[in-house]
Amino acid sequence: MAESALNIKEFLDKDEQKDLLRFLTAGSVDDGKSTLIGRLLFDSKKIYEDQLDALERDSKRVGNAGEHIDYALLLDGLKAEREQGITIDVAYRYFSTNNRKFIIADTPGHEQYTRNMITGGSTANLAIILVDARTGVITQTRRHTFLVSLLGIKHVVLAVNKMDLVDFDKETFDRIVNDYKHFVAPLGIPDITCIPLSALDGDNVVEKSARTPWYEGPALLDFLETVPIDLDRNYTDFRYPVQYVLRPNQNFRGFCGKVASGVVRKGDTVMALPSGKTSKVKSIVTYDGELECAYPPLCVTLTLEDEIDISRGEMLVHPDNLPISDRNFEAMLVWMDEEEMDVNKSFYIKQTTHTTRARVDSIRYKVDVNTMEHSSVDKLQLNEIGRVVFTTGKELFFDPYARNKQTGAFILIDPITNNTSAVGMIIDRVDAKDMVSEEALAVLNLPEMGIDPIHYEAIRQVCEALNNQGLPIKCITDK
Amino acid sequence: MSDYKLSHLQELEAESIHIIREVAAEFENPVMLYSIGKDSSVMVRLAEKAFAPGKVPFPLMHIDSKWKFKEMISFRDSYAKEHGWNLIVESNREAFKAGVGPFTHGSKVHTDLMKTQALLQALDKYKFDAAFGGARRDEEKSRAKERIFSFRDKFHQWDPKNQRPELWDIYNARVHKGESIRVFPLSNWTELDIWQYIRLEQIPIVPLYYAKERPIVEIDGNLIMADDDRLPEKYRDQIRMRKVRFRTLGCWPLTGAVESDADTIEKIVEEMMTTTKSERTTRVIDFDQDASMEQKKREGYF
Repeated sequence: MAESALNIKEFLDKDEQKDLLRFLTAGSVDDGKSTLIGRLLFDSKKIYEDQLDALERDSKRVGNAGEHIDYALLLDGLKAEREQGITIDVAYRYFSTNNRKFIIADTPGHEQYTRNMITGGSTANLAIILVDARTGVITQTRRHTFLVSLLGIKHVVLAVNKMDLVDFDKETFDRIVNDYKHFVAPLGIPDITCIPLSALDGDNVVEKSARTPWYEGPALLDFLETVPIDLDRNYTDFRYPVQYVLRPNQNFRGFCGKVASGVVRKGDTVMALPSGKTSKVKSIVTYDGELECAYPPLCVTLTLEDEIDISRGEMLVHPDNLPISDRNFEAMLVWMDEEEMDVNKSFYIKQTTHTTRARVDSIRYKVDVNTMEHSSVDKLQLNEIGRVVFTTGKELFFDPYARNKQTGAFILIDPITNNTSAVGMIIDRVDAKDMVSEEALAVLNLPEMGIDPIHYEAIRQVCEALNNQGLPIKCITDK
Repeated sequence: MSDYKLSHLQELEAESIHIIREVAAEFENPVMLYSIGKDSSVMVRLAEKAFAPGKVPFPLMHIDSKWKFKEMISFRDSYAKEHGWNLIVESNREAFKAGVGPFTHGSKVHTDLMKTQALLQALDKYKFDAAFGGARRDEEKSRAKERIFSFRDKFHQWDPKNQRPELWDIYNARVHKGESIRVFPLSNWTELDIWQYIRLEQIPIVPLYYAKERPIVEIDGNLIMADDDRLPEKYRDQIRMRKVRFRTLGCWPLTGAVESDADTIEKIVEEMMTTTKSERTTRVIDFDQDASMEQKKREGYF
């Protein structure tokens, strides 16, 4: 009895040390994506009896899988979706094996795909892209892969599903893999693994299948359990966006934040941006005691040797490794709002913990997600992606997204509806001379507005005050 | 580089702390809803961690349906006192005066008046612009699709078809006057994660989670504990002592116990790892109608 209690404890101690892999699944309704996820959950015993009972009941009533259990019913949570027979958004699923815990972001493949895939994939370490062995690489496969590369996901599994319907033919699989590798090469995804499988029958999902003796790679679950992900984070460039300032008493002033990237040690010299003032890290404080060093994505509280005034939205960095500081930059932008882009609007931009105003300077081009071709447009609409130049009210501290997801990502918020209208991935800064419009976010032409000149001085003062709050407005007083 | 490896629990902890701090920084008047259950206990500890060595800058609010287990109420009061929390307790007083309860009015009316309406009244009373809840996405299908920052209109309603995109760890906290955000810092935790974390961090929980001999009566297949003298007459002679524990806690007539010998945290985690039933099977309110949780959520229930 005592011995078994000890074993439980040892087992739990080990189990609590498992790491976490987040992955995205992308594919169309017919690729068998839900079946694959259902199979992973089912085979790792994450479907409870009562859920299975309900599933068997529903499969007979409204299922689309004939004799088989319709796993899609398990995944389609919302009532409206069940009625329409589609999943409308991102759904998260959880399971774990003896080696790892997994979070699946399940996104549908229909016309809202871009918005949904981008939403589900932003935190993913890995993406599983499904193709049907009978059709191979199709437009949709290219689209999903492009979005995955845009999000900077480093590991991709091409799951060639329904191998049972092509008699587990090696040549068919090889042809699909060749097609895919040819197409994917320019996108620069570092790790691509192709697996032949049958989600419905379970071949190469959890166990390696005897029906694909020619396949030498791992089964899908085996790969998910072992793919190394701890090197995917940026441990080089220390970036610490200050999230909250903690002053419980006169003697303690701490800067709460999440280490976005890089590593910070006690005693390190750090610089505060934008002030440029430097100090040394006095302590790295947590509820569980002080740490010697902190790395991403740990949330800590830093105290400094010197009293420097730092607020939320500012950033601590190492003085010999600075991010880019600029008000002008270009980014790949994904439009997520039903309302189309209004280039004259002054949006809120939120990047790390910093919120300021932003305005579209110009749209370099729009990317067709199916063909990857560029075209020129004057605005973006829902699900469209473009390379866009921005001007912000206050300086941002950023790195290119490709180097640092944490400091290269931002969202645009509509100032009227408060919707998250778009999301962006920064490419680089842009020289002021290459900007189309002037520095100011908005222009007030007072004579044109017919305003009496006796008010000019008051308006000028208002504009100056707004300027100081990060909302630059150019005030024209001459005709 | 393996020096910088984090366990899944450390990663979840960091994610939650980041969310909690973000709310404290961006909202004027946030509140943390406290159900006294295991998930709340974890959420409360994460809030304490987020602001240590300082105090948590928002209050804790419990919506008391007046039918909670007695042990829950005493645990709530002693925990809040020991940990220096500002605790708000609110109830639907009118409905309580009118004698609303699960035995007389049924679970649907009781839940609507004593939980949903009581919550909405309290949120309006204090004009909270953000409210933390301890819900997890693995609990129930409609929750699997909800955002971490979940927007509610002036009537506290959730529209599952019109959710704000939510990417990376950048949360949109902007609302107009009267609108609010429900925030779920435990979204990505599973029931097992919660138990493992409680074990690892030695977080105090209500003793009802541990197996013990308790006075039980079987009602419609649920093991209901006779917690006070409001148990209707007709059941009283059916009370038997049985060794049970609770996987979830709520109103005592609406929360089924499970037979169990798990009287330590290790045994509970072990039981969790081998169980074949989901935790919501012990919640009587879910059986009311098809897709009932989604319906409740649309109306403002957590």
